[in-house]
Formats: sequence, structure tokens, C-alpha cells
Amino acid sequence: MAVNWFKYSSPPAFYPLAGRLIPWFAAAAAVLALIGIYVGLVVAPTDYQQGDSYRIIFIHVPAAWMSMFIYLVMAVYAGIGLIFNTRLSGYMARALAPTGAMFTFIALWTGALWGRPTWGAWWVWDARLTSELILLFLYLGYISLYAAIDDPRRAARASGLLALIGAVNVPIIYFSVKWWNTLHQGASISLTKAPTMAATMLTGMMIMAVAAWCYTIAVALMRVRCEILEREVHSEWAAEQLAREAR
Amino acid sequence: MKPRQKRMAFLALGLVGLAVITALVLNALRGNMVFFYSPSEALANITLVEHKFRLGGLVEDGSLVRESDGLTVRFIVTDLTKSIPVVYTGILPDLFREGQGVVAQGTLGLDGAFHADEVLAKHDETYMPPEVAEGLERAKSARGATSDQPGI
Repeated sequence: MAVNWFKYSSPPAFYPLAGRLIPWFAAAAAVLALIGIYVGLVVAPTDYQQGDSYRIIFIHVPAAWMSMFIYLVMAVYAGIGLIFNTRLSGYMARALAPTGAMFTFIALWTGALWGRPTWGAWWVWDARLTSELILLFLYLGYISLYAAIDDPRRAARASGLLALIGAVNVPIIYFSVKWWNTLHQGASISLTKAPTMAATMLTGMMIMAVAAWCYTIAVALMRVRCEILEREVHSEWAAEQLAREAR
Repeated sequence: MKPRQKRMAFLALGLVGLAVITALVLNALRGNMVFFYSPSEALANITLVEHKFRLGGLVEDGSLVRESDGLTVRFIVTDLTKSIPVVYTGILPDLFREGQGVVAQGTLGLDGAFHADEVLAKHDETYMPPEVAEGLERAKSARGATSDQPGI
């Protein structure tokens, strides 16, 4: 069966599709998070150096991955919106930003909680931590810029440009531990070498990462549906949709 | 060219330009982006003497000595080529161990010792259960080789 995917770039067609997808992703996120927490806190062994304090990795690493990945997705949507003038991509970029900011904050916060017992410091100004903090400011800047401009199309253009420019920070975050001497350790998981983690620890972390993905998709779709209705409220289909949902 | 293609080309060019600028700036800042110096770098760089900087390396096995006041510790930081003795008064982080990574902030005195006012432990990206670590240790000592360098 051939699906015309372009059909779903139109808000009236995407709105019901998003509504059908949300429960699946939300349920998957909840179930996977429970399994992941169980594997991480109960099944996975203690670490030979850090004892139990390494267990924050099951939140810290998925959150840090999502913080970078969401930014890239946001930048791609912003770019598509700028080039093709499609409405939906602008809505999607905006819908992703708060979740990205939240994951960035969680990564920084859990990192501080982890750094104190292991390194002996809540915070150090090394390249990894500093560039991740800049990512948080980029998210907040994007959200504020969007909110500061009254005309929504101009707001989408200006903040879309900011999202694209800020994307250069993501590879800096990722490779910072390689390029410079940092207090932050290198990556345990990479495409070029075998993971340097016990298998159960890795499993728990990966399950948590997939849970974070599902959560992000569910929440972004909820937010984009709200954004679609708000922005298209003057069109006939949106007014009908609102009337149907009010009933 | 259609306007859409023009916009695409404009954005692509802009991003490539931005990436080049960032690469150049980061390259120029290279010397300032260092979180710590290794003992070899510190000893090769005379301007660091009596200035505050961070020294990073491995705590040499068997080098940790506690003074009688109970707080002052002396240990040697090495990068397996050069080493610098460190003096520190204060509480060491939990992960501070001989043979493990450490980052100390302080000044290199004219007496050749590094006077630290902050000591941070650096751990590597390896996570495994203690039994596995013991097994690896046993296998290593059975082979009689200690060539495996702990991560820093």
C-alpha cells in the first residue's frame, strides 16, 4: 500500500494522525521507563569503582542524548520551514523546544548530583559541561525569541534561524571530551568501538533511552496539536474540530 | 533558480560558513580550552610556574603519604613519562585512589612541588561489576603484565 506521506505535511491531515499516535507512544514510554528503572536499579550490578552512585547514568545519559538529538531535529524542522515555507515544520520545531530544554536541564542537574560524590565537585567549567550549559541557553533563547515576536510567521522565521545557527554547538558538545582535556569522562558507547559497560547496565540504559524517545514523541505531538488548533483557529476545519471536541 | 532553491542554497552556504568560522575560532582558542595540563606539559611550560593551573594525571601507585595532622596528603601525579609531587590539605573525593585519574588545581612552586587547593577525581568511561574487575585483575597478574594503562 503506497502512503502519500506529503499528505501529512498539511495540518488538517496531520492533526488526527497525531491524535491516534499519542496514546501508543505515551503507553510505550511509561512501560519502557518502568522496565528500564527496574533493570537499572535492581538487575544491573554495582560498579567496581563507583559503587551505586553510577546508577544515575540511567537518567543522565538518555537525558543528555535527547538534549542533543532534539536540538538537531528542531534545527532540521526549522530549516525545512525556512526553505519550503511549510507551516507544520515550524509548529513541530516549536513543539520540541520545551522538551529539549527539560532534558538539557535534567542532564545538567543529574550530572551535578553525580559529579559531587565521584569527582568531588558539583560543577566545573570544563568543555563538556560548559557547552551543555550553552545548549540550555540556546533552547531558552529559542523559546523566548518565539514568544517575543507577535507575528507568528516572523517569530517562526527568526527563531528558526537561531535554531539553525545554534546547531553548531551540538557536535561541539559531543566531541568536547575527545578534542580537549576534560574532567568529564569519554563516551562509553560509540559507533567505532565496543561499549565499555557491563551488558545489563547497557541494556538498562538503552531501554531508558527508547523510553525517552517515546516520551518526547508523545509530548511533542500533544503540543503540536495544540499549536495547530491555536494557529489555524480561523480556518473552517479547525473551528469544526474545536466544536467537535467541545461537545 | 526557484526562490525555494535560492533559500536552500543561502541557508546551506550560511551553515557551512558558520561551521568554518566556529572551527577557526575553536582552533584559535585551543590553548585556552584546556581543562588541565599533564605533568609533561606543565614541566615543559615555564610560564606556568607560580601561576594557578590544573594538573591532571594518574596518582602514582604507592605514592600517597598522609601527614601527622591527618588532613595534609602528599602524592605523585604522573602521566607515565614525567611526574610532579603534589601537596594538598583537605578532604579527598571518594574516588581518589592510587592508580586512578586525578585533577588538582593549584600552583607549581619553585620547590618543584605542586601546592593544590582543590583535588578532583577523574573516572573513566568503563563500568563493570566488582567481580568482573577482580577477574580482569587476576587474569592480568597471572600473565604478569601490567601494560594495560588505566583510563584517564
